[in-house]
Amino acid sequence: MTSLAGTGTLLRFSLRRDRVMIPVWVAVNALMVLSMPNTLKGLYGTETERADLLQQVATNSSFRALIGPAFGTDLGALTVWRVGVYAGALAAVTALLVVVRHTRDEEESGRQELIASGAVGRRASLTAALLAAAVASGVLGLLVAAGLAGQGATGAVAFGLGLAGVGMVFATLAAIVAQLTESARLARGLTAGLLGAAFVLRAAGDAASTDGSSVWTWVSPLGWLENLRAFAGERWWVLGLFAAAVVAQGAVAYALAGRRDVGMSFLPTRPGPATGGLGTAAALAWRLQRGGVLGWSIGFFLAGAVYGGLTDGVADLVGDNERAREIFERMGGQSGITDAFLASMTGMLGLVAALYVVASVLRLSGEETSGRAEPVLANAVGRLRWAAGHLTIAFGGAVLIMLLAGLGFAVGYGHQVGPVLGACLVQVAGVWVIGGVAVLLFGLLPRAAVAAWGVAGAVLLIGWVGPALDVPQTVLDVSPFGHLPKLPGGSMRWPPVLVLLGLAVVLVAMGLAGLRRRDLTT
Amino acid sequence: MTKAITVAGLHKSFGRTHALDGLDLEVEAGEVHGFLGPNGAGKSTTIRVLLGLLRADSGAAQVLGRDPWRDAVEVHRRIAYVPGDVTLWRNLSGGEVIDLYGRLRGGLDPARRADLVERFELDPTKKGRTYSKGNRQKVALVAAFASDVDLLILDEPTSGLDPLMEEVFQRCVEEERERGRTILLSSHILSEVEELCDRVSIIRKGRTVETGSLADLRHLTRTSVTAELAGAPNGLAKLPGVHDLDVRGRRVRLQVDTDKLDAVLRSLTDSGVRSLTSTPPTLEELFLRHYQEA
Repeated sequence: MTSLAGTGTLLRFSLRRDRVMIPVWVAVNALMVLSMPNTLKGLYGTETERADLLQQVATNSSFRALIGPAFGTDLGALTVWRVGVYAGALAAVTALLVVVRHTRDEEESGRQELIASGAVGRRASLTAALLAAAVASGVLGLLVAAGLAGQGATGAVAFGLGLAGVGMVFATLAAIVAQLTESARLARGLTAGLLGAAFVLRAAGDAASTDGSSVWTWVSPLGWLENLRAFAGERWWVLGLFAAAVVAQGAVAYALAGRRDVGMSFLPTRPGPATGGLGTAAALAWRLQRGGVLGWSIGFFLAGAVYGGLTDGVADLVGDNERAREIFERMGGQSGITDAFLASMTGMLGLVAALYVVASVLRLSGEETSGRAEPVLANAVGRLRWAAGHLTIAFGGAVLIMLLAGLGFAVGYGHQVGPVLGACLVQVAGVWVIGGVAVLLFGLLPRAAVAAWGVAGAVLLIGWVGPALDVPQTVLDVSPFGHLPKLPGGSMRWPPVLVLLGLAVVLVAMGLAGLRRRDLTT
Repeated sequence: MTKAITVAGLHKSFGRTHALDGLDLEVEAGEVHGFLGPNGAGKSTTIRVLLGLLRADSGAAQVLGRDPWRDAVEVHRRIAYVPGDVTLWRNLSGGEVIDLYGRLRGGLDPARRADLVERFELDPTKKGRTYSKGNRQKVALVAAFASDVDLLILDEPTSGLDPLMEEVFQRCVEEERERGRTILLSSHILSEVEELCDRVSIIRKGRTVETGSLADLRHLTRTSVTAELAGAPNGLAKLPGVHDLDVRGRRVRLQVDTDKLDAVLRSLTDSGVRSLTSTPPTLEELFLRHYQEA
């Protein structure tokens, strides 16, 4: 087996490089799953309440599309219903990132050449990448199985195996895609797109049938996870589907990997134009960011439409449950469950938009550290002009995607168009403050600019989990989003919005002042 | 205005490392000035200060008569810069990047651009991620040479170019010189420096250790002499400027400071010369001496 020579060394090397990334992804995923039985216990404490829930899920096709069908009333089965699809998707993302990072990323950067020139087999890198993904998926499966064992050991083992299975299906799929494309970014995008397709297929299937028996559900690996029916009469043979897919896809990836040159791909990059029309720093920024803006725009519009479509059903679903109503009202204000739901969903999208603004602002940081900013700034382009292009896209894009989310609600829900649009736009104040923090970090502490992700993550955590966990108000107050008026339903209060917008302006100005003064990092 | 670049007593520290420690540099308008020094001597740091990308801790720098930090944009309108390691955007073609850089400088000559693309044998339709190292350099070189500027700052611009392309590069630099443009060329390729540079500055550990024309610098170094004599050599060891004297019977090898050559030759002819070879210092020796000096 000379084609596998060096696999052990490469695997240790991969795991060392991923010693932060894999544990973080796995821990977040496991925590999400393992916290669920307690949350559900608080929400639906009695058998009757859970039976009601099951009944309502069965009759509401929008909810089945979003979350999947439920197969049992005990806490284990409900946990699998509530987070199964999402935990599976997260496991898939973890695995695909690991595989692409250690295969196509390495080739594209040229690092693979050095590795391949050593006593390393032709298929060793791919094998090591898949094994690293197997470690990540396996540890997640073990943690989940161990953590849920209290709800029933058999179901816990089945769900753990199912999650690991989804991870490995997408690991081997990513291994194939990584052979096809020349760019790691494209490989990640395509595999994530296939994951999205798997989600949509399952959603379509679950909308059409109450018990996951639709063909659409069965063609999606995420559908297999729900059809494994952990905690609800496990169908062990479904695990065979995972195994068959992993073996088949793995075989294809191995066959491709052995047949091509290092650094080459089966889908070569198409040539571009010989002359270009880009002439300003702003045009360059737009060219670099337009794909991202388009993706976020589509995503926010669809999210708005989906949540809008759920709005009518939510009152029925939550209506009788005192605790769930309370949580929505803490997130969304106290003025009827429909308004509270709309307010909490628009608030949630605002929190997600904070991720957009951070990603967009930090493009500046990426341009700088990669060395691409240096020759641009050596031209007749001032630093502020250079930054302004990216920041216009970041801050203007935040307005755009919230506006599109509002239009999505208008399409999906159709009532209260004006107030819901206003509720979306008011989020911009919070989003801009987070964007301002990112600019400040980039301007004053360029090496710590990635800490802006930490800020966005903390705000996200406070906003999503805070209301359900009875977190003290002082902690909730740290987040700019906590100060926004709860719309629709609540009354519009301008002072906090204006204060936040002013704060954002000050943060951006301070960041830009720092950028003008400091050395460019290389 | 005859000085394109004047730098006096430049200091720059990064944390505890002193990258520049009182560096001086003068580049006359219209000359090709070689900028030499071992790795880590501070060449790129100096260039980044001249481009206003870094702010000097102390000392004075003027580029085209202006402050490169305060008047960065005005100065950059008249400058083209080629870094030693060009990174491109993966999804932009080489042609798009050339035109972008040209427009950001205030325009480039389309005829000259087309000519340069052909001479450098660059395929401008390829995307950034598919270029090799040498081809990425070509993208930046075409953009720089096609721009209408007064000063070119080239930081090891030919790393990764093959000998044929090196030749094209040298011809382009000659053409720029003929047009009266000033070029600051940081390089490790000695033949390139010898071929192109009117004057050179050698820096080490953030200081200028030597500056002048190559002829001046040669004058400061040693010539090696090997001679077969008719009689025994006499008194060579006592002559000033003689080093590494090695006498074996009538065969003599020695190194002599070039400005002390006269006295040595006189002493040799006194003993009667049968054969004589005298080798001027090679550039390599010249640089090694300056690079290694404690």
